[in-house]
Amino acid sequence: MQRTRPVGDVLLKVDDITLSFGGVQALSGVSFDIRKHEIRAIIGPNGAGKSSMLNVINGFYHPQQGQITFKGQTRKQMRPHEAAAQGIARTFQNIALFRGMSTLDNIMTGRLLKMRSNFLFQLAWTGPAEQEETRHREFVEHIIDFLEIQSIRKTPVGQLPYGLQKRVELGRALAAEPELLLLDEPMAGMNVEEKEDMCRFILDVNDEFGTTIALIEHDMGVVMDLSDRVVVLDYGRKIADGTPDHVRGEQKVIDAYLGVSH
Amino acid sequence: MGPFIEVVLGGLLAGVLYSLVALGFVLIFKASGVFNFAQGAMVLFAALSLVRLMSGELSAVHYWGAAAVLGVAVGYVLLLFWRRARPAAAPGRGASWGLIGVFGLIGAALAALHGTAGWSGWVAIPATAAIMGLLAVAIERLVLRPLVNQEPIILFMATIGITFFIDGFGQTIWGSEIYTLDLGIPKDPMFLLESVFEGGILVNKLDIFAAAIAGVLVAVLAVFFQKTRIGRALRAVADDHQAAQSVGIPLNQIWIIVWTVAGFVALVAGIVWGSALGVQFSIALVALKALPVLILGGFTSVPGAIIGGLIIGMGEKLAEVYLGPVLGGGIENWFAYMLALIVLLFRPQGLFGERIIERI
Ligand SMILES: Nc1ncnc2c1ncn2[C@@H]1O[C@H](COP(=O)(O)OP(=O)(O)OP(=O)(O)O)[C@@H](O)[C@H]1O
Ligand SMILES: [Mg+2]
Repeated sequence: MQRTRPVGDVLLKVDDITLSFGGVQALSGVSFDIRKHEIRAIIGPNGAGKSSMLNVINGFYHPQQGQITFKGQTRKQMRPHEAAAQGIARTFQNIALFRGMSTLDNIMTGRLLKMRSNFLFQLAWTGPAEQEETRHREFVEHIIDFLEIQSIRKTPVGQLPYGLQKRVELGRALAAEPELLLLDEPMAGMNVEEKEDMCRFILDVNDEFGTTIALIEHDMGVVMDLSDRVVVLDYGRKIADGTPDHVRGEQKVIDAYLGVSH
Repeated sequence: MGPFIEVVLGGLLAGVLYSLVALGFVLIFKASGVFNFAQGAMVLFAALSLVRLMSGELSAVHYWGAAAVLGVAVGYVLLLFWRRARPAAAPGRGASWGLIGVFGLIGAALAALHGTAGWSGWVAIPATAAIMGLLAVAIERLVLRPLVNQEPIILFMATIGITFFIDGFGQTIWGSEIYTLDLGIPKDPMFLLESVFEGGILVNKLDIFAAAIAGVLVAVLAVFFQKTRIGRALRAVADDHQAAQSVGIPLNQIWIIVWTVAGFVALVAGIVWGSALGVQFSIALVALKALPVLILGGFTSVPGAIIGGLIIGMGEKLAEVYLGPVLGGGIENWFAYMLALIVLLFRPQGLFGERIIERI
């Protein structure tokens, strides 16, 4: 794959992450890093701990052990709104949109952190507040064009088909202009055409904005096409890490996917 | 025709009060999924604080304390603006606390200079608002935060605890008698539309005033929710907690904000109610009337709370006047609940609530 921005330094590093829920060991001593501008896939069978890993990275789950280093700052855990403020945006495996709002408003919420205007000004709806709102609106319209969802701008997202909801969710994450974008199965449940669109968007985001992306995906074809490097999890442990081609050849990975007993 | 309209109007105006209480419930329920049993207690607490601060019958310590709370609130709000306007020049964490503390001291000092004479409403109302804000912060810190991610029923139980606490605490510090609240709102009856109907329509000026206040409050809340950054964040939290956090909305702050706003709404309800009936414990029982209003209007709908309150208020009065003679008196006491039951049978989500679709 030819890219305009070469993969850079380490942006995020997780170190020896261990997370359990009561008796369930969701993650055990998982370490890996994500470099600037790369697309990093996280794969593994169902229940391997992929979503848990993303939840640790953006602060929904707090690991019992281990450290997270993001942009050079090391900490034991994040809090979700802090992670967002630091430049981490995400989408969810089970779509989490603001169902009562339109597509436009959903994506606008992605810009909340960028809005500075004083709320008394906003109440009065004048001057600086209005200018600011217009600026953010323009940015959001740009995203809407980019994702080709102009026709559903005003539609309440609850009424949209699944594939489009996923796209709106991506839009909301992009609105935050994240440095690190976490995508939890962005193509699950989509038909071939929708998947192709989504792949194209992900590549374009990565290429045009240089956004670093961590991606969970079950479709191996997609993973092979999109990603620079792949982490493979199984039963909460990392069993392989490397380029798609390298990972595909690993015996452990083949065993995990074929369900060889441990 | 005249008497009928009079009954309807009287009912609608009484309904405004139900709407105000129900509104507080809806705000908190939407943003945090908590059914706040304490809303009625908050109305009483706000009314008590206000009436007592205006009375001039309290000890100096009460006034110092209330003034300090007001000072802290003013300092906090000023700092918030400073942070927004000039983030770079704003003071750090420690200095901020120091500054807020200084504002608190200034407040207490001014109160000491003023002595123990009663405060005018212009000071007492903001002070009560500040106290409601402090209450919100305390509830978030001591109750909501430790219980985060617990079952709704546990949070509900917690709010029952809060109810008893606020009732007891309020009466301990402010007193437990019946107090007359006089903010200078006109109370005399007046006649409307005398040219249209013979004798016109008799209404109480206070009721008209209450309706106007409620209208303004709803309008302000609507603008706040629709147009501001915080309003957008509140709507986001109401729709989906996780998604809201993922775009950078801090849940804890939002909870403090909604409980504060619910506290302000309680204050408005307390002012209106207290002016009409005097400030007394029975105000807290008003909360029980808000329940059928919520069932009627839907727990998540602000317009539903308003319209539900009006329907119940009007229905009660009409039933009392026109069905009362047939069924025997006292209908006003149970009519609301019966109406709510009927609505539950046919529309469990309420007239305006979101349709509950269970996907299996
Ligand atoms: N909040 C939670 N409470 C309890 N257990 C949890 C929680 N979240 C995840 N788990 C458990 O942790 C393990 C890993 O789950 P996780 O969702 O991370 O897997 P996954 O790799 O994303 O799977 P899938 O491909 O099905 O999405 C599972 O056994 C799951 O049941
Ligand atoms: Mg998952």
